[in-house]
Amino acid sequence: MKLAAATGGGLMLGFHWGTSEASTMEVLSDEAIAAGDVTFNSYLSISPEGVITIMSPNPELGQNIKTSFPLIVAEELDADWSKVKVLQAPLDTAKFERQVTGGSGAVPHSWERLRKAGATARHMLIEAAAKRWNVPAGSLTAENSTVLHKESGKKLSYGELAQEASAIPVPAEVKLKDNKHFKLIGTAVRNVDNHEMVTGKPLYGLDFHREGMLIAMVQHPAAFGMKIKSVDSAAAKAMPGIVDVVTFKNNVAVVGKSTWQVTKARKALKVEYEKEGAIESTSDHDRLFKELLDSKEATVRRSNGDVEAAFKSAAKVIRSEYQCPFLSHSPMEPMNFFAHVREDGVELVGPTQTPDRARNETAKLLGISPDKITVELTRLGGGFGRRLQADYVLDAVEVSRLMKAPVKVVWTREDDMTGGSYRPAVRYRFEAALDAKGNMIGYKLRGVGINAGNSTRENNFPSGAVENLLIDSVEHKSPITTGAWRAPITNFLAFAEQSFLDEVAFAAKVDPVKFRLDLLDRARKSPVGEIHYDIDRMKAVIQLAAEKSGWGTKKNVSQGISVYFSHRSYVAQVAEMEMKKNSPVLKKIYAAADCGIVVNLSGARQQVTGGIVDGFGHAMFGKLTFRDGAPEQKNFNNYRLIRMKEVPEVEVHFVDNGIDPTGLGEPALPPTGGAVANALFKATGKRLRNQPFVLEEEMKGVNLGEKL
Amino acid sequence: MALYKLQINGRNYEADVEADTPLLWVLRENLGLVGTKYGCGIAQCGACTVHMNGTAVRSCTLPVSAVGNKAITTIEGLSEKGDHPVQLAWDEVDVPQCGYCQTGQIMTAAALLKKNPKPSTEEIDNAMNGNICRCGTYHRIREAVVLASNKMK
Repeated sequence: MKLAAATGGGLMLGFHWGTSEASTMEVLSDEAIAAGDVTFNSYLSISPEGVITIMSPNPELGQNIKTSFPLIVAEELDADWSKVKVLQAPLDTAKFERQVTGGSGAVPHSWERLRKAGATARHMLIEAAAKRWNVPAGSLTAENSTVLHKESGKKLSYGELAQEASAIPVPAEVKLKDNKHFKLIGTAVRNVDNHEMVTGKPLYGLDFHREGMLIAMVQHPAAFGMKIKSVDSAAAKAMPGIVDVVTFKNNVAVVGKSTWQVTKARKALKVEYEKEGAIESTSDHDRLFKELLDSKEATVRRSNGDVEAAFKSAAKVIRSEYQCPFLSHSPMEPMNFFAHVREDGVELVGPTQTPDRARNETAKLLGISPDKITVELTRLGGGFGRRLQADYVLDAVEVSRLMKAPVKVVWTREDDMTGGSYRPAVRYRFEAALDAKGNMIGYKLRGVGINAGNSTRENNFPSGAVENLLIDSVEHKSPITTGAWRAPITNFLAFAEQSFLDEVAFAAKVDPVKFRLDLLDRARKSPVGEIHYDIDRMKAVIQLAAEKSGWGTKKNVSQGISVYFSHRSYVAQVAEMEMKKNSPVLKKIYAAADCGIVVNLSGARQQVTGGIVDGFGHAMFGKLTFRDGAPEQKNFNNYRLIRMKEVPEVEVHFVDNGIDPTGLGEPALPPTGGAVANALFKATGKRLRNQPFVLEEEMKGVNLGEKL
Repeated sequence: MALYKLQINGRNYEADVEADTPLLWVLRENLGLVGTKYGCGIAQCGACTVHMNGTAVRSCTLPVSAVGNKAITTIEGLSEKGDHPVQLAWDEVDVPQCGYCQTGQIMTAAALLKKNPKPSTEEIDNAMNGNICRCGTYHRIREAVVLASNKMK
C-alpha cells in the first residue's frame, strides 16, 4: 500500500508541430496516475475526486483486453464504470504476470487475480467506512463507487474514503461475488478507446514520434535461403534526407529523416545476394508433401489399440488428403518499433504481443541486463501472432545501436508480407476404417508440415472415441520462417478434420450431427486412452448450434456442421447455403460458443464474428506461394483478404454454464472452413480439400458470396 | 524540395517536401496528423482515406504536388469534437477492434453519406468494399453506416 508518487517520473512522450490540431502522443507509464491518488494494488488506484484508474497490463491488439480486464476489476469493486479511466501499463514483471497476448489465455489466467484486485479494494473501502461511522462492516453495502449504510441512510464515495481505506490492512482472503450478482460482467460494454480510435488520435506504434528520431527501413534478404554477397549503398546515401546506410547481419538499413525519403533511397540500394541454404519453391513443397506422407520416419503422437488390424478387418476404408499454403499474418499496421539504445540503457516503445520477449532478446543481443531496458506498449494495429516475434524489435535495436540515435524502424507492407514467420504449409492424410455396421473402428492421421513442429493436435477429438488410432507427424525443415498464426495449427487442422469426419459420416450414412454426438457418447461410455477435452461442453455447443440453426429442418437450405475445441473453449458452427441461379450461395453461419462466463458481450460477439470472418476469408482466399525462396505475393493486390461484400450473415450464441472464462481470441476461427465446406458438399456433392477454396476445381461455377 | 501550400481541415498549412511525396506522409510526418493510416501504399486497403473536395481518395498514392488548392479533410477535421454522426455511430455500434483501419473506414462512410444520405445495403457494400478490415468488423461497419444515415435525418 502506498500513495502514488507525484507525476514527475511519469513518461510523457510528445511531439509538437506548432499546429493546434496535431495530436501529442503520450505513452503513459503507471506513474502517470495523478498525484494524490491512492494506489490499492498493481491494477487499481482511486483519486480523492473519485476517479478510478485501472491499469491494463496486457497488449491490446483488438481482442478487447483493455476493456475486459478493467471491467472485471470494476465489477468486484462495485465501481461506477462511467468514472473509470483505463491506462495501458508498460512491461513490469514485478507488478504483473503474463503480459502476453497469445494462446487466448489472458482472461483465464487473470480472471481471479483481477477479481481479487477489485474485491480487496472494495473490502478496504467498506472497512474504512465502518470505522468512520463506527458500525459493523457487515451492515454496509457498496454500489456505484459509493459505500452505503442503509439503516442510517449515510453514504460516502470511494474518493472520500480512499485515503482512509489505504490504512486498512490488506485482507489475505476476500470473498468474491456470486456470479448472479454481476452487474457489468456479461453485459455489452463499449471499447474504452473508441473515442480515441474514431477521432484518429495517435495510439499505434507507427504514430509514435520522438523529437530527433530517425526513420529506418530494413532490406532483409529478398529470398529465404539467401545471404548478402555485396552492398553498394553509394547512390542511396547520396539521396536527399538520408543520414546513413548501415549493414547488420543479413540486413541493410537505410536511415533518414522521413519515411518517404527513406522509401525512395531504398530503391537505389544495390544489394547482391548469394545462396546460403536451400532455395525452395511451392512446387518443391508440393512434391515433398507427397513423399513425406509415405515417410517411414514419423514421430508418433498418439497410438491406441491396433490400427493395422482394424484397417485389415474393415468393411470400408475412407482415405483423404487435405492441404493448405503458407499464410502471412498481415495485420493492418505493418511491423514497426522504436528503440533508443543509450550508454545507460535502452528504451523500447511499440506494438508487441510479448513485451517481455522484446526486452529479453534485446538484452541478449546487446549483452546487457534486462533491467536496463524499458518497454512501453502502444496499441497494436492487429497482431494475429506475428507480433509474438521480436525480429522487428531487434531491427530497431540494431539500427539505433549503430546510429547512436533514437530510431523508429518501419516495415512497408511488402516488408511485412515477405518478412517471414508465416502460418506453415501443411498436408494431412486421414484414414478411417468402418465395420459392417458403419462404426468407425480405426482412425489414422498423418501431418506433414514445413517448419510446423507438431502439425497435429493428437489429443483433440476424435481421439478417445476411436478404439484403434494412430496420429503421427513428419516435419520438413525449411529456411522459410514460420510462427504462430491465430489458432496455430488448428486454423487449418480443424477444417481438415471436420471435413474428413463429414466424409466418414456420409460414408457411414449417418447424419453429421448425430455422427459427432454418437462419437462423443462412445468416448464417455468407453474412453480409449486419455480424454483431453470436455465431452459435455463439446456436445452442448453442437446441440446449441443445431438447435439455433434448425438443423435438418429447412427446405432448400444445405447445412454443414463443424465443431472444434481449441485452447480452452468450444465452438460449433453451422453454415447454410441456398441455390441461386444454379449456384450455391453462402447465406449464413450460426455459431454456438462456450467460453465459460462471457466477460463483455460486445467484445465476445466481436471475437466470434471476427473469428468467423477471418477463418472464412483465409480458407477462401489466403495463399502465399514461393518461387526460388521468395514470396510471390507482396501486397494486397495479389494477396487477397476478405472484404465486406464477401461476408455471410453471422449469428452468435453463447452457452451459459457459469464456469470461469476459458478464452475467446482464437477458438471461433478453426471451425469455420469445415462448416462452409461441409455445407458445399451437402449442396453440390463436391468436397473441398485444399485451401484456398477459390482455386479449387470444385469451386468452378460456384458463387459463394451472394454479391460477388 | 519545394514548398506546398495546402488547405487541410479548413486551415492553411505549408510543407517543404519533394513533389512526389504522397499526401499520406505529408499529413503524418510533416503536419502531425497521424489519424490517416499507412496500410499498403498502393491504394488497395483504404486505411489512408481522406476527402479531397468532399470525395474519398487514397492519400498513399496521391502526390502532394497533385493536391493544389483542393480542400482536404482528414479524420482530425471530420468534426470538431469527434461527434460527426458517423463517428458517433461507430462508438454506439462498438465497431473497432484493433481500430487501425477504422479512420479510413469512417472517412469512406462519411463521403458516401454526404453524396447519398440513404444508401441501400448494396450501395453501402459497394462503397465500403475498398476498405479492408483485418479484424473482420464488416458486419458492424455496415450496421454503423445505417445508424449514421438515420442520425443524419
